[in-house]
Amino acid sequence: MKRRDGKGGGGLLRMAPGVHLGAVYAFLYLPILVLMALSFNRAGLPTAWGGFSLEWYGKLAHSDAILSAAANTLIVAVVSTLLAVAIGTLLALGVEARKAGGALDALLFAPMIIPDIVLAIALLSFFTALQFTLGLHSIILSHVVFNIAFVCAVVRTRLKAFDYSIIEASADLGAGPFTTFRRVTLPVILPGVVAAALLAFTLSVDEFIIAFFTAGAGAGSTTLPMRIYAMIRFGVTPEINAMATLIVLASFTLVFAAQRVNRGIIGG
Amino acid sequence: MGGRLKNGLLLAPGLGWLGLFMVVPCAIVFFFSFFERGTYGGIEYHFTLENFRRTLDPLYLSILLDSGRIAALATLLALLIAYPAAYAISLAPRRRQSVYLFLAILPFWSNYLIRTYAWMVLLNREGIVNRALASLGVIDAPLPLLYNEFAVVTGLVYNYVPFVILAVYASVSRIDPALREASEDLGAGAARTFLRVILPLTVPGVVAGCVFVFVLSIGNFITPDLLGGGRFLMVGNLIYDQFLTARDWPFGAGLSMMLIGIMMALLFIQAVMVNRNAAVRE
Repeated sequence: MKRRDGKGGGGLLRMAPGVHLGAVYAFLYLPILVLMALSFNRAGLPTAWGGFSLEWYGKLAHSDAILSAAANTLIVAVVSTLLAVAIGTLLALGVEARKAGGALDALLFAPMIIPDIVLAIALLSFFTALQFTLGLHSIILSHVVFNIAFVCAVVRTRLKAFDYSIIEASADLGAGPFTTFRRVTLPVILPGVVAAALLAFTLSVDEFIIAFFTAGAGAGSTTLPMRIYAMIRFGVTPEINAMATLIVLASFTLVFAAQRVNRGIIGG
Repeated sequence: MGGRLKNGLLLAPGLGWLGLFMVVPCAIVFFFSFFERGTYGGIEYHFTLENFRRTLDPLYLSILLDSGRIAALATLLALLIAYPAAYAISLAPRRRQSVYLFLAILPFWSNYLIRTYAWMVLLNREGIVNRALASLGVIDAPLPLLYNEFAVVTGLVYNYVPFVILAVYASVSRIDPALREASEDLGAGAARTFLRVILPLTVPGVVAGCVFVFVLSIGNFITPDLLGGGRFLMVGNLIYDQFLTARDWPFGAGLSMMLIGIMMALLFIQAVMVNRNAAVRE
């Protein structure tokens, strides 16, 4: 983002914001790019380059522990996203129609700002108090909590630009509430709903602490982030770089798709 | 179908879910924090304020204060990095701003564990930063960059800079360019215009971004666990230990309530500051 009108000393000053922004992007992306480069490193060590290799990707594809964790993650993410999209969209419609602020807004904001560890131990305490058996289903119930808040926030930004008079127009023309929703409201908010679904899916795939606390003791409910944590914490294996690369690329693709279907949802 | 009834039906599933799986669980933690731990790790239902008194024991108080200090430092650094970046984005041509902003937010959407692990690779004794410094002849022996406070602060700043950019940009981009021009037409230099016009108008974004980073940092678990190497404790790790290792749930519950209290106080301060700012603008 160089300025065309830069001249002499003033030019340098005018370029400063652009230079700073470039440095910030380098800071944000270099660590991720380093991991990606290392995933193709035959040496398997983060320190020395031993030539290009796809060996670690092959190892990944043959690891039962990783594949079953990936399958668990997909189940949790798909089910929690579907539930959260249905519930969160209804919630957004209800909240926007009544224009109430205060306590309701605080409640909807809470899951996004409450420390993960606190929500995690709270859910563990809750499930324990109810003597609820833990497993993938308890992870799903828990992930829906933050995903509802998230879907609701994304759909609400879409509804803010919504002209409610077209709902009245639809009703005046004789459409029932269901027809109005299907033919008028839904098409308007659909890009927001799809984007929210993609983002909720991404959040669920990446979530670690809440899953860790609500998964229970059985190895059968280990998710991918739980496996990654164990790999990092108890002896780093080179496959982790390959897995990190795949997961980061998948997240970036999903978020990019969300941005495309619903322009301007993530900022600008 | 009446409007109120219809509205109630739309709200019911979401509010019910949040009530059952967030409000009730937090209420249970609040409840636990007033009881004693059982001999074998359960809860003994004798009322006590001991858990809250213990959070003020010198040992635990120092962890709490360390957490606050580190969160404050991470917040300040994230702001110093993010503010000029958000400002730079707002100076770009309109059409490109959304691309720049998207690029700034994108890393936030990748896995937190992986982003943190990347810094373990960069900062370890044999890591890329140490090697680069050694090959440039800047250092003779590797610097201890990992498993200390420096690594924890770096990790927190790295992970939360995108948030602050987003929050500050939200404020900066709303400023009418005419205000900047008016200030300059009236003879104020660039620095004066920034300090007297731009900066005050971005206070809500700055406060929102800072509250977010501070709250997420002080209650963080992964960053101090991985980049602090478990040797360096923050409140989040302490809560984790009380629930999984020490099995003292009431004390862990007391610590969690402290975190929630800090979070609510900060959000309250933020709301007050934003309201005051709005009042000044009127």
